[in-house]
Amino acid sequence: MTDAELSDLVARSFYAVAPDIEGEPIDPNKSFRAQFEIDSMDFLNFVIGLHKATGVEILERDYPDLQTLSGAVAFLRQRLP
Amino acid sequence: MIEFKMPSLGADMEAATLVEWFKEPGDRVERGDIIALVETQKGAIEIEVFNEGIIGEQRVQPGRKVPVGTVLATILGPAEEGPSGPAAKTTKAVEPRPPERLVSAGETPAPAAPPPLRVTPAARRRAAALGISPENLSPGPDGIIGLEQLPPGPEREASPPRSRRAGLDLDEMRKAIGAAMARSHREIPHYWVVHAIDSTALFDWLEAQNVMRPIERRLLYIAPLMKAIALALKQVPELNGHYEQGAFRPSPVVHMGLATALRGGGLIAPAIRDIDSKSVDELMSAIAELVPRARLGRLRSSEMTDGTVTLTNLGEGNADSVFPLIYPNQVAIVGCGTASPRPWVVGNAVAIRQVIQVTLAGDHRVSHGRHAAQFLTRLSELLAHPEAL
Repeated sequence: MTDAELSDLVARSFYAVAPDIEGEPIDPNKSFRAQFEIDSMDFLNFVIGLHKATGVEILERDYPDLQTLSGAVAFLRQRLP
Repeated sequence: MIEFKMPSLGADMEAATLVEWFKEPGDRVERGDIIALVETQKGAIEIEVFNEGIIGEQRVQPGRKVPVGTVLATILGPAEEGPSGPAAKTTKAVEPRPPERLVSAGETPAPAAPPPLRVTPAARRRAAALGISPENLSPGPDGIIGLEQLPPGPEREASPPRSRRAGLDLDEMRKAIGAAMARSHREIPHYWVVHAIDSTALFDWLEAQNVMRPIERRLLYIAPLMKAIALALKQVPELNGHYEQGAFRPSPVVHMGLATALRGGGLIAPAIRDIDSKSVDELMSAIAELVPRARLGRLRSSEMTDGTVTLTNLGEGNADSVFPLIYPNQVAIVGCGTASPRPWVVGNAVAIRQVIQVTLAGDHRVSHGRHAAQFLTRLSELLAHPEAL
């Protein structure tokens, strides 16, 4: 997958847990939490969504890498075949 | 014949607008079926029916705002005959509707009309609060009208008629919160008792559990925390139930409202039933299902009315403690600050522990500080052994 496709996948996974802000632009380098009032439940659902969409195993210690769109893209690029 | 009335969905609800019927005359309904959608100050609520029978006559048409207690429809018992003949249609229970997505503005366009505007729900809300019609805005480069296309708001000026639609109107919700809390402050003689609880065992247990669990089954600390609160409340019945018409009615079970912040400033506390008899895993699934629905304004009538107590949990990275007001007609509310590492005396030494400041607000007509202290002490004991929850 290209970075653009990965970015699209991450954005879709994010909007799926926060459909009330679907379509709002996401700043790739700012944390989801700082931009959109994301709480622990939203974040867990987002991580589950990423796992389901890609099959990539995500541990709790990986969560800090997934706080931003660009971080999540970099994480998935590294883990995907 | 049963008269199905507009239910009261909270201490300060006076009226609501019927948005949609999900059942038609002649349809068979069972207890728990969702038969209508109404719009209240707290958003769109799916109304459940508590009787079995066949829908007779619908007395209120969609779009009408009616006071609580207005007969919406009649329900005929199994032995009665409906207006459309004896053969009742059997329909499947209404499926929960999919979450709100990007929606078209305005009414259905005429065949030759330009393609409908795409407006994000958040932008639509702010536009309504500002009294701006989305049709008068230019979409962003992606063809979508988002918050960026709107002035920052909401401003409190007299506005043209607001768009009426099912969903959340955060201004209306703020009014409802204000009314309920003003009543709470006016009528309930509150007291507050705080206890700092060492929750290290809870977080250690959680970490060990989550390492072993596949991602879909991982726990957040709110789930075991709610269970422990429910078990502690069971031991102090004066803190769980309702105060109505000058008398306290304790509840034998714990249905806990979970105060849920909505993006943009709203707050709602839908109830999860029977917390005391659910497993921690069942609770986690129930919370994961409920919170997104609360955010979208897709709650059910029973979730608005069943709470016997409320929890407000500030959550990770938040403030240390909270002194909440009781939601009428309940008699207690539990407030949890964020969990933070703190110096803590263990034996003769100081250690670093994860500490949560837990506040219990009680109603002096029903209980006093001793009951709160009993509850908080019991909660502390339960949280020391999370594996037993």
